[in-house]
Amino acid sequence: MPMLDWLLTPLQYAFMQRGLIAAVLAGVICAVVGTYVVLRGMAFFGDALAHTILPGVAVGYLVSGGAREPLFWWALGTSVAASLGIGAVSRSGRIKEDTAIGIIFAGMFALGIALISTVRSYAVDLSHFLFGDVLGVSVQGLAWMAAFGLGVMLVIAALYKEFLVISFDPVLAQTLRLPVTRFNNLMLVLIAVTVAVAMQTVGVALMVAMLVTPAATASLLTRRLLPMMTIAAALAAGSGVVGLYVSYYLGIASGAAIVLTSTLGFTFAFAVKQIKRVI
Amino acid sequence: MYPHVHHQPDQPILNVARLSLRYDGRTALEDISFHLHAGERVAVVGPNGAGKSTLFKVIAGVLRPSEGEVTVYGSGPGGHVCIGYIPQRSQVDWRFPVSVADVVMMGRIAKLGLLGWPKKRDWDLVRAALETVGIADLAGRQIGELSGGQQQRMFIARALAQEAELMLMDEPLTGLDAPAQEGLLALLGELQRKGVTVMVATHDLEQAARYFDRLLLLNRRLVAFGVPEQVLRPEVLVRAYGGHMTLPDGQIITDTCCEGGEHAHA
Repeated sequence: MPMLDWLLTPLQYAFMQRGLIAAVLAGVICAVVGTYVVLRGMAFFGDALAHTILPGVAVGYLVSGGAREPLFWWALGTSVAASLGIGAVSRSGRIKEDTAIGIIFAGMFALGIALISTVRSYAVDLSHFLFGDVLGVSVQGLAWMAAFGLGVMLVIAALYKEFLVISFDPVLAQTLRLPVTRFNNLMLVLIAVTVAVAMQTVGVALMVAMLVTPAATASLLTRRLLPMMTIAAALAAGSGVVGLYVSYYLGIASGAAIVLTSTLGFTFAFAVKQIKRVI
Repeated sequence: MYPHVHHQPDQPILNVARLSLRYDGRTALEDISFHLHAGERVAVVGPNGAGKSTLFKVIAGVLRPSEGEVTVYGSGPGGHVCIGYIPQRSQVDWRFPVSVADVVMMGRIAKLGLLGWPKKRDWDLVRAALETVGIADLAGRQIGELSGGQQQRMFIARALAQEAELMLMDEPLTGLDAPAQEGLLALLGELQRKGVTVMVATHDLEQAARYFDRLLLLNRRLVAFGVPEQVLRPEVLVRAYGGHMTLPDGQIITDTCCEGGEHAHA
C-alpha cells in the first residue's frame, strides 16, 4: 500500500502531527474570521495588522532570550492593541484611512526588523516570524491556539446576526440602536486574536492569504453567508493538510506551501467560474 | 442592551424643531421646523444637495443635529426602533451573500435582543411582510438577483418586519421603470392604510404632487411645507431651485430677478 505509506510516513514524527493540527486550527479560524474580512473589504487592514505585531513579537523574543512559548502572548497583546489603534486612527478622519494604515504598518514593521536585527542569529528567527514555523509548534502552543480559536468561534456564533447587520447595512444597525462602534471594535479584536493564533503557522507576511484566500474562493462557490464560512473553513483545513504534505515531500517552506495550495484552489475555482460564464 | 422607548400617543409621530446640522464647516441643514401626524404621506423634494438624505439620517437618529431637536412620539429618536430607513439602492452591496428573507429578518434584530434567535413568530412576520410587498415567492433568492423594484420592496418588507411606524425612503423611485414606479407608489398607499407614516425623498415633482398628501420643499432650509397646490407655485419653487425650471404642467419659469439683472449692467 504505497499510497497509505506515503500518507503515514510523515505522521511518525510528532512535529508533523503537531504541525498538521496547527495548520488545520489556524486555517479554520482564519477562514471564518476572513469571511468578514472579505465581505467588509478589510484585506489591507488584515495585512497591515499582521505586520504591525512584529515589534511586539521582537520585544518578546529579546526579553525571553529566544524562548518560543511567551511569543504567543506578545503577539496577542500587540495585535489587539494595534487593531484598536489602527481603528481609532482610521476613524479620526484627518488623513485617508488606507494612508494612515500604510504609515503605521510600515513603520511598525521596520521597528520589528530593527529590533530583531540586534541579535546575531537574526536571519533564521526573523524568517520564522515572517513566514511561519508550523513544525516548531509545541503542545502548549497548540493548546493556546485551540483555546483562543474556540473563543473567537463562540463570539462569532453568539453575535452572528449582529455582525451580519453591521457588515451589510451599518445604517440599519444604527436605526435598530445596536452599539455599532462597540461591535466594530469587537470585530477588530477578533481579527487581532486570529492573527496571533495563526502567527506561528504562516508568519506575519503570509497572514493575509490565510484571511482572504479561502473566503474569496468560497464566495465564488456560494451566495449565502453560513455556507461561505463553512466552505472557507473546509478549504483552509484542506490547504493546511495538503500544503504540509507538499512541504514534507518537496522540501518547500511549510507556510509558503500552505498558502500556495490555497491560492491554487482559488485559481481553479476562478477559472472554472470564468469558463462556465463563457460557455 | 437595546433600548426601547414607550410612545406617548398624544404627541406627533415626528416633531422637528429648529434643526440645524453643520459638518466640515458647511451647513447641510439650517433652522428646519415641522411636524407630522401618524399616517401622513409626505414627499421631500428639492434640488440635488438640498440635504434630503441628511435630514432623513438626522430623523433616523443616525446623525446628531448641531442645533435643535428631533422627537418621535415625544422623545429623541435614539431610543426608538420604530423608524425604518430605506437606503438608496446605490448604497447597498448587492453581491453580499444573503437571501431576501435574511435581509428582511434583519429588521427583527432589535426585537430579538442580544443572543436571541428568530422564533416562529419572527419567521411568520417576515413571511407576512414579504407577502404584503408581493415578493414572497422570491424569499430564497440572493439579493443581487432581484430587479430594482423588487429590491425596494424587499427593504420596505424589512421595515415592516421591523414594525416601523415611520418609514424614511431615500429616492426609492430613482432608476425604476414606469411600471415599477407605479407598483411602488401603489404599495405606499397600502402602507398608509396600515397606519405607517411615510416620508419619501424624490426629485419628481409631478409624482410628488399626484401621490402625496403634503410636500416638503427643502434646500438646506425648509422652503415650504404644505399640500401640493401650496408648494408647487412658481414663486415658491424658484426659492428652492433658483435659475429656471419646468413645472409639472409644462410652464417654464425663469428667475429673472438676480442673474438677468447683473448681465443687464455689464
